Amino acid sequence: MLPFLIRRLGQAFLVVLTVGLLSFLMFRFVGDPVVSMSREDATVAEREALRESLGLNDPVPVQFATFIGRAVQGDFGISYRNQRPVSDLIAERLPATLELVFAATVLALAIGIPLGVVTALRPRGALSNIVQGVSLVGVSTPTFVTGIMLILLFAVTLRWLPSFGRGETVDLGWWSTGFLSASGWRAIFLPALTLALFQMTLIMRLVRAEMIEILQSDYIRFARARGLPDRSIHYRLALKNALMPVLTITGMQIGGLIAFAIVTESVFQWPGMGLLFIQAVQFVDVPVMAAYLMFVGLVFVALNAAVDVTYALVDPRLRVRG
Amino acid sequence: MKLTNTIFSGALCAALLTSAASAETLRWANVGDILTLDPYAHTESGTSSFLHHIYEPLVRRDAELKFEPALALTWEVIEPTRVRFTLREGVTFHDGAPFTSADVVASVTRLTHPDARARGNLAGVARAEAVDDYTVDLVLNAPDPLLINKLTGVFIMDEEWLVANDATLPGNTTTGVVTYASDHANGTGPFMLESRQPDARTVLTANPDWWDTPIHNLTRIEFLPINSDATRVSALLSGEVDVITPSPLQDTERLEAAEGVTPLQNPSLRTIMFGLNVARDELHGGPNGGTNPLRDVRVREALWRAIDMEAINSRVMRGKARIAGSIIAPPVPGYEAETDVKPDYDVEAAKALLAEAGYPDGFATNLDCTNDRYINDEEICLAIASMWAGIGVDVELTAQTRSNHFPKVDRGETDIYMIGWATLPAMDGFSPLSQMLATREGDYGGNNPNGYSNPRVDEITVMAASEVDNDKRIALIEEAIQIARDEIAYIPLHQQPLSWAARDNVEIIQFPDNYFRAWHYRVN
Amino acid sequence: MSGVASPSAPAGLMGQFLASPKAMISAAVALLLILSAGFAPLIAPHDPFALGTFNLMDSELPPVWAEGGDPRFLLGTDTQGRDVLSAILYGMRVSLIVGFAAVALSAGIGTLLGLLAGFRGGWLDAVLMRFADVILSFPTILIALLVSGIARGVLPDARQGDYAIYVLILAIAINEWTQYARTVRGQTMVEASLDYVKAARISGLANGRILGRHILPNVLSPVIVIATINLGLAVLAEATLSFLGVGMPVTQPSLGTLIRIGNENLFSGVWWVVVFPAATLVMLVLSVNLFGDWLRDALNPRLG
Repeated sequence: MLPFLIRRLGQAFLVVLTVGLLSFLMFRFVGDPVVSMSREDATVAEREALRESLGLNDPVPVQFATFIGRAVQGDFGISYRNQRPVSDLIAERLPATLELVFAATVLALAIGIPLGVVTALRPRGALSNIVQGVSLVGVSTPTFVTGIMLILLFAVTLRWLPSFGRGETVDLGWWSTGFLSASGWRAIFLPALTLALFQMTLIMRLVRAEMIEILQSDYIRFARARGLPDRSIHYRLALKNALMPVLTITGMQIGGLIAFAIVTESVFQWPGMGLLFIQAVQFVDVPVMAAYLMFVGLVFVALNAAVDVTYALVDPRLRVRG
Repeated sequence: MKLTNTIFSGALCAALLTSAASAETLRWANVGDILTLDPYAHTESGTSSFLHHIYEPLVRRDAELKFEPALALTWEVIEPTRVRFTLREGVTFHDGAPFTSADVVASVTRLTHPDARARGNLAGVARAEAVDDYTVDLVLNAPDPLLINKLTGVFIMDEEWLVANDATLPGNTTTGVVTYASDHANGTGPFMLESRQPDARTVLTANPDWWDTPIHNLTRIEFLPINSDATRVSALLSGEVDVITPSPLQDTERLEAAEGVTPLQNPSLRTIMFGLNVARDELHGGPNGGTNPLRDVRVREALWRAIDMEAINSRVMRGKARIAGSIIAPPVPGYEAETDVKPDYDVEAAKALLAEAGYPDGFATNLDCTNDRYINDEEICLAIASMWAGIGVDVELTAQTRSNHFPKVDRGETDIYMIGWATLPAMDGFSPLSQMLATREGDYGGNNPNGYSNPRVDEITVMAASEVDNDKRIALIEEAIQIARDEIAYIPLHQQPLSWAARDNVEIIQFPDNYFRAWHYRVN
Repeated sequence: MSGVASPSAPAGLMGQFLASPKAMISAAVALLLILSAGFAPLIAPHDPFALGTFNLMDSELPPVWAEGGDPRFLLGTDTQGRDVLSAILYGMRVSLIVGFAAVALSAGIGTLLGLLAGFRGGWLDAVLMRFADVILSFPTILIALLVSGIARGVLPDARQGDYAIYVLILAIAINEWTQYARTVRGQTMVEASLDYVKAARISGLANGRILGRHILPNVLSPVIVIATINLGLAVLAEATLSFLGVGMPVTQPSLGTLIRIGNENLFSGVWWVVVFPAATLVMLVLSVNLFGDWLRDALNPRLG
């Protein structure tokens, strides 16, 4: 087991390093930060001096070495946009994004699983067809359109929920949470729902597929033959067994949700990392983009490695292939 | 027990009364957050506009944008390169420290430091010297007719506060200096910083000890950045905010129809125009028989005449823009109505001019535009590309983000390109003259990468730079702007409007420089 | 679980298709949309890509049945005076080209790499799967920015309209091949452990033959299913990239670009500029997805 673990962690480290290299290369092409950083009427000499001081005139390998040298020490430098340490900026936005992703995941599970069960138990029923149809329309609409539609309905027309922001937040040490105030709960609902839509449909379909298959399996037939009540068969046997793969996939999708939150956050002005990132792209704020990418990379790699290791623990045959 | 109770309920009553009497909170949603609280660490006018509520300059602009004493009462040129300022007495910073000449010296030192991002805002000033507590001299490298213009954008910080918080050096990406001033603030202005959460909310409260008599009745400003246009408009319609800056032009009718909300529109200083590449022998967009058609003034006129600005204004700009013939707007010194003449829209005349210039079948060119910088920039360019196609000019349009557009322009890789110029922060005709018309060399021509060059314009630039007699200086600028108009150095399109929207209970003045000056605003 | 396709599968598939109204309707709608997009130049009343053929003074005309509608423009005009119907037909064509090309590219690359990784195992498998992790760490928008940046760097004089479509295809394909690779790898590992493959290996059959003859046909059905679903996703991804500013230029709008532009006019009462393109997109993605759903159930109910 130990060699497998070491090998897997070593690979994870290499992955993060490659993400670093690719993100670095990317900055050479995203745009020119000097424009965003200088006054509109800056002279040629002023702009050239800025370029020189940022090291943009150095050969690429030199720039990369500097970048990696710092990144390894956890120093992502200072944002071009507002000249604050990038690690501070990320730490400031992290709670907002994680709370949004958490709320979206909970929402997706809370709605997706019951709907999946309903559609599995009565696959040809009217309700089942309606639910599946609506969910498909939901995922076929671009997120930015869904978000605006929800704002129009719940904020402008009904005035039930706020159209932007996080509401009141409470600081718990360095973590700022929106879960301790009524306005925070109201504020998170629409963005979480928007972000959860895709996930919800995925979970619903997974639960449905797993349930249908399990319900046809021999041991369920056996249980039925023994005269166990339907309720017990459906929920204690079938659902329980269907949930394991559902939870695994939901867990692995969390990284994707963080990346996908970019659009949701910019529609709802959710002050998280996605919003930070999209503004960094517009400003060509290279240090912030780099740190964001390394962070998302790290989350993905950690989740994947965790899943692999869990599987290896459960099924020793997989260790060999690692 | 009883006593405590009484005191407690008394305090509660008082609190309730105060909040009822002074609930004048202005909730202001802006398209972007401010970049930093450090006034010397950025070059963005939106951030300056916000920080002006906390920090103040020696000289400020009044409601008509004329100079008005702020922290300095009077100023006088005592030598060509030495200007003496008498400071206002009895002013205190928000932390209670008195304002003196030491603060001006510390501020000028900090701003002119080589690592200060905004040092260009005070270019030409060598140092500040304190004469006594309330008198200070600015020492210049050369006589500077625009010194006062520059000073309106130079906010004064507190020396003791800078020293106490180890913030005497400006924050800088390269040197890795991180300053306390980037997330804390201590100015002399009408509002004080209460709290700041980047991209979410920055709260200001009224400064009860402000030296000036407030016109405003605000007790609190909540600054709420909302990037998405649709979300910002929604927040106004749903009553979550009181004013939005900017408000998309296309939503004007909807906002007019909505109850309790009014769109606010006024002309701004920003002139949108097309630059033309005359440096190259051939255009990027096509060989055109080995010629660069844009070098021929008849071609430039033909292009101008083929643009139906009335149509663009009525459709794309909802009738809110001001069609331009000159590269500067009327309020800017150096503007003349005689120069501001657009040739009539006339497709046949345009075709005739093209034929006369040797391009009877038109020619091929690229057109480069931004899609996130000016109001409806992409739509304007698409409409014009279509109009030019009508006179046989084969246009390939590229509309992209500003961080790709401007470097491309600067490298000379464009043929015809969009640019907007507001002459800010100086608000003076010298700005387009020195930056856009003068031949690119040394300090001049920073935004003239495509070879426009006229010896007389260059001569005028050098003369106007140090001409301290304002009448003579203005005459020089007017002459240069007229030359640019005659030669069609640029094709001006329009001055884009300022477009905001507010709830009806808010009284707001819009300034052509697009600054938000809440000390003039009231909530009823 | 046996992935070996039964010989009667094709006939059975057709039978199932004809028995399912859902499958037939969705296939018909998808086909209709795809064909009308394909023949857009023949059936569209105007050419929205031809500069100079539309007039700004015709802008924002409502659909023909609404007050103020103009018979020349069935679904009204956009903010530039372009015919919305024609823009949708041409835009759908762009979106579908992007979608089909991205799916073909990602499915091809993903299947090939998945086969290799699953069959060979060892370091090749580890490298490919970790590389997939790297790719998954990058949001599609960044890959799109990177690819378009490189295109600009490599072809400084090229015009945006010339390469925008390739940028989108590449960006989406780079992001999606991992899904095929992972599925195919898993399936290949299962197949490779089956006795008949082991027997073939022992008998000295060339690896290429084993892969192509025995394994590929058995891993193909999940690939087809993922491809149908991803076609819808690719069209959506294209729309999202347009929203984030790295989509098709306004001179050659895709469905996504049209929705992005329409979205900016959501409040202005010009509803037809956003509603029709969005409805078309939803219809397209929905019908393709429903068909993909059905296909998945028909081919292999086990696939999540």
